[in-house]
Amino acid sequence: MSKKLKAVIIGPGNIGTDLLMKMQRSEWVEPVWMVGIDPESEGLKRAATMGIKTCSTGVDGILEHVIKDDIRVAFDATSAYVHAENSRKLNELGVIMIDLTPAAIGPFCVPPVNLAAHAQNLEMNVNMVTCGGQATIPMVAAVSRVQEVNYGEIIATVSSRSVGPGTRQNIDEFTRTTAGAVEKVGGAKKGKAIIIINPAEPPLMMRDTVHCLTAEEPNRDAITESVHAMVAEVQKYVPGYKLVNGPVFDGNRVSMFMEVEGLGDFLPKYAGNLDIMTAAGLRTAEMFAEEVANGTIDLPARGE
Amino acid sequence: MNLQGKSVKLHDMSLRDGMHAKRHQISVDEMVKVACAMDEAGMPLIEVTHGDGLGGASVNYGFPAHTDEEYLGAVIPKMKQAKVSALLLPGIGTVDHLKMAKELGVSTIRVATHCTEADVSQQHITMARKMDMDTVGFLMMAHMASPEKIVEQAKLMVGYGANCIYCTDSAGYMLPDEVTTKISALREALPAEIELGFHGHHNMAMGVANSLAAIEAGCARIDGSVAGLGAGAGNTPLEVLCAVLNRMGCETGIDLYKIMDVAEDLITPMMDRVIRIDRDALTLGYAGVYSSFLLFAQRAEKKYGVSARDILVELGRRGTVGGQEDMIEDLALTMAKARG
Repeated sequence: MSKKLKAVIIGPGNIGTDLLMKMQRSEWVEPVWMVGIDPESEGLKRAATMGIKTCSTGVDGILEHVIKDDIRVAFDATSAYVHAENSRKLNELGVIMIDLTPAAIGPFCVPPVNLAAHAQNLEMNVNMVTCGGQATIPMVAAVSRVQEVNYGEIIATVSSRSVGPGTRQNIDEFTRTTAGAVEKVGGAKKGKAIIIINPAEPPLMMRDTVHCLTAEEPNRDAITESVHAMVAEVQKYVPGYKLVNGPVFDGNRVSMFMEVEGLGDFLPKYAGNLDIMTAAGLRTAEMFAEEVANGTIDLPARGE
Repeated sequence: MNLQGKSVKLHDMSLRDGMHAKRHQISVDEMVKVACAMDEAGMPLIEVTHGDGLGGASVNYGFPAHTDEEYLGAVIPKMKQAKVSALLLPGIGTVDHLKMAKELGVSTIRVATHCTEADVSQQHITMARKMDMDTVGFLMMAHMASPEKIVEQAKLMVGYGANCIYCTDSAGYMLPDEVTTKISALREALPAEIELGFHGHHNMAMGVANSLAAIEAGCARIDGSVAGLGAGAGNTPLEVLCAVLNRMGCETGIDLYKIMDVAEDLITPMMDRVIRIDRDALTLGYAGVYSSFLLFAQRAEKKYGVSARDILVELGRRGTVGGQEDMIEDLALTMAKARG
């Protein structure tokens, strides 16, 4: 039996396609289906040429194939509006759902901070927060694991070309979801998130600034060490994750200035925001697969 | 130029854009006093918000002396004729902030995006219109896009429900001909019932001249601030614009001597520094950089020993947009490192 978990990707847009390209290189997850709602969509056609089965009738169209094709994990890259139903239908069939939308019905997952705990608990729905959250929350956590953080603020700057219509129509979801996760996963008592879209040409690399206000005077050496260790953790799945400046200390303020370069799979390298989401989502599924292979967790039972 | 017989609605920015110049530290008392005096002078519309709009309170932009709720709650009940507006930048403020402002009696909401990114305003403009507010689409850094692009983006905002569109010269970069071209293009493309507005900065001393060009090309609303209290070299000084418009026979409804007194007796004494076109403010206009970057660049100069002018020019070269204040310290650190 192959150790690889078989997967379905829902949503053949930028995220879904980039995820598919990364997954084809994975040792732990095998892409089997790509699901869309428009038979004419470029994304579905592209997936078909990449040797993936495609379905243009939404999640309902693949339900009958889930058991037959031994689908164990699903990635939802559609929208917050349809995610809950997608998740319910697939969870019922014992499929673990990795949520790349801002729906956040399951717990937030930021791999280097709390993925291990989710995998051990066999969470059936985990939410990948937002691109800005994936890029910054590890830094907030790197400070909060050293000492108490009263306030964490992140500013994500992304190129206009890398921000799709879904995010644009519902930009409040980004700020709310990210701020919530800065608190819940990052460990800051209060969180704030800001997103800036920049149209410069050539497009700028994704940039992120993280400010933490510590309760007591910051322990500079311990925080610096913790930050560098955390950067190395993120680099394991996003090699282009880089600390450009900092940590800078100013009174109780600790600031980190990051840049995220993507692998350039589907969108060019500037779209690090896309990359860090798909890489984190894939890393999450891989961790589940590793735990299954190790016998630490068992996948939901399935009769034949 | 002939503006005889026209009328224009002036919109004061000193208590919102002026917050930048005051590092967001205007007291509630000062807010109320200035707003009441402007109300008395006949100012029809007064903006009251954090400099970076609702929800702007942050490390990145500065924590204000008081919350938006406190400022709005104190000012609005005191107004006899003036209406109060608030600014909202999607990505910073949310629909929740918008609802709060509406509940406190804000009548005009201005939803501001970079001039090429209007589609992030859909949520907020739609909601404001649904709540029956005077809803303005505010296209910032308008010097960075062509007239065709500005028209395209304005149409998006009108489609979401905006009843007024602003061409916003956030960098104080534009010269009068550019204002004429862009406002004329908007006027030609948008239905007559959609009002147009212009928001200037005085970094190249063009605030008044640009506002006149804007009125001539069809603007019904003009932003400025009494005594010019605003980011960079300030906004178009409203008492000056009033005097000029009086001379030209263009109606504002404002009592010139009273507004001159607000400028001289109330606002000028509040200033932390003289608002003038110093070398760094001039650089903003010359290089096309967001005006509120000024004080951040000057602070970075003090802390890291890199010239504010060099920082601002580099920010312009990189095509930074409004809200990217975090780039300033980052860039100063990088420039200081490069120098060794």
